[in-house]
Amino acid sequence: MDLTLLLAGNGLMEAFTAPHGFFNFSFLPKYLVYFGQGVVYTLLLSVVSVAVAVIPALCLALMRLSKNKLVRGLSGAYIAVFRSTPMLVQLYIIYYGLFGVGGIQLPNVYILGYINLAQFIPGVVALAMNSSAYVAEIFRGGILAVDKGQMEAARSLGLTQWQGMRFVVLPQAIKNILPALANEVVTMVKESSICSVIGMMELMWGAKTVATTTYVTLGPYVFAAVIYFCINFPASKAIEAVERRMRRGDNQ
Amino acid sequence: METTSNALIRVEDVVKVFPNGVRALDHCSLTIHKGEVVVIVGPSGSGKSTMLRSLNLLEVPSSGRIFFEGNDITDKKTDLNRHRQKMGMVFQHFNLFPNMTVLKNLTLAPMNAKGVSQQEAEATARRLLDTVGLGDRADSYPQQLSGGQKQRIAIVRALCMQPDVMLFDEPTSALDPEMVGEVLEVMKQLARDGMTMVVVTHEMGFAREVASRVLFMEAGKILVDTDPQRFFHNPENPRLQDFLSKVL
Repeated sequence: MDLTLLLAGNGLMEAFTAPHGFFNFSFLPKYLVYFGQGVVYTLLLSVVSVAVAVIPALCLALMRLSKNKLVRGLSGAYIAVFRSTPMLVQLYIIYYGLFGVGGIQLPNVYILGYINLAQFIPGVVALAMNSSAYVAEIFRGGILAVDKGQMEAARSLGLTQWQGMRFVVLPQAIKNILPALANEVVTMVKESSICSVIGMMELMWGAKTVATTTYVTLGPYVFAAVIYFCINFPASKAIEAVERRMRRGDNQ
Repeated sequence: METTSNALIRVEDVVKVFPNGVRALDHCSLTIHKGEVVVIVGPSGSGKSTMLRSLNLLEVPSSGRIFFEGNDITDKKTDLNRHRQKMGMVFQHFNLFPNMTVLKNLTLAPMNAKGVSQQEAEATARRLLDTVGLGDRADSYPQQLSGGQKQRIAIVRALCMQPDVMLFDEPTSALDPEMVGEVLEVMKQLARDGMTMVVVTHEMGFAREVASRVLFMEAGKILVDTDPQRFFHNPENPRLQDFLSKVL
């Protein structure tokens, strides 16, 4: 809805005071801690998930580039499944399937006093499994962008395929991969909000809880949006700047 | 098993058809003996680079066999990496590793493929760098070097593995004209030292001066295989006569 219409319709005061007021942040003094804890939870969840995704993603990418049809197919199938189904559905299936009744049982262990590992770990597993499908494509692109002659030179010297990857291709691919990987963290900061549906106490869960507790129905979400924006926008700008500088270094 | 004493590489009826249907090698056979300098010339697209790249199996033949030092390297059971260590290759675009210093470029394969100690690998690398006049460039990165310097380093990189044969794939084609000489000079010195060499090139002067045999390829076939004297001064093949009239 157009913001000016909203303000005109409700009257300026109502926007700040009514339960559904766009700028009604009256909950803040008392409930700010929910947002503070939520931000920490969200950042931790995003960074850990992408970090956990890196190794499986590298395996998937190398499998995808394999000469063996079966190996290539397996990796392709994994990537296709995780990219073609909603993250929310994946989260439910992993949370209630893999970690539900009859599945892996985790003890309730809290870190920082409020992050329950029995929830955090299934969340990380779900996000990382999803993310590895995307990060695999990032790796694959990064590896393919390295000149073919590099691997040929390595192989002509008698190095194995893996040695060529490890010493020659991957160190060069990293330059293409790192910015994209950082962008994946930004994506994950947003995507991780769906973990609120299984009660993980990240930023979106904080906003939802404040809204239902205080009956201020809109303000908490607006405030959460502002926080998400203040994290992601500067982060993407910084990544862009780093990427530009790295590209300039290339041409020298 | 190959028993002929001095046959280093033997190519037996090799055919290479690329996935796009192009027939790059059409029943090629060839024997290269120890100490020979074999130069392959021919129009672009004639299959000469594919021929060269087949010798160390960078291109896998569609059919036919290739023997190196008596071993069938087209056999899947052969340890290809071990044989490639003995076949140095120099590429048109150098293909130095840009993420490593010159010294690292030179010691990577000796240390990791052959298991030579770092000390020994670096000593060999520095000694060979001196022989091409680049002893002061050990700590440079490839991007700090000229094309001619890069190619000389690439030759040294292959030599650091102490190969039995050196394969050159148009080694001067990507160089500025004023840098061609310094690379050819290194190659001539190698030939004088008795290195077995297979060279794909457009440098007819090099072929005439250094080659012990010159091959002419066209449309995936080896049409002429003879000594340089006869190749340049008495060509019998009409296709070769036509080719020489254009390039000389």
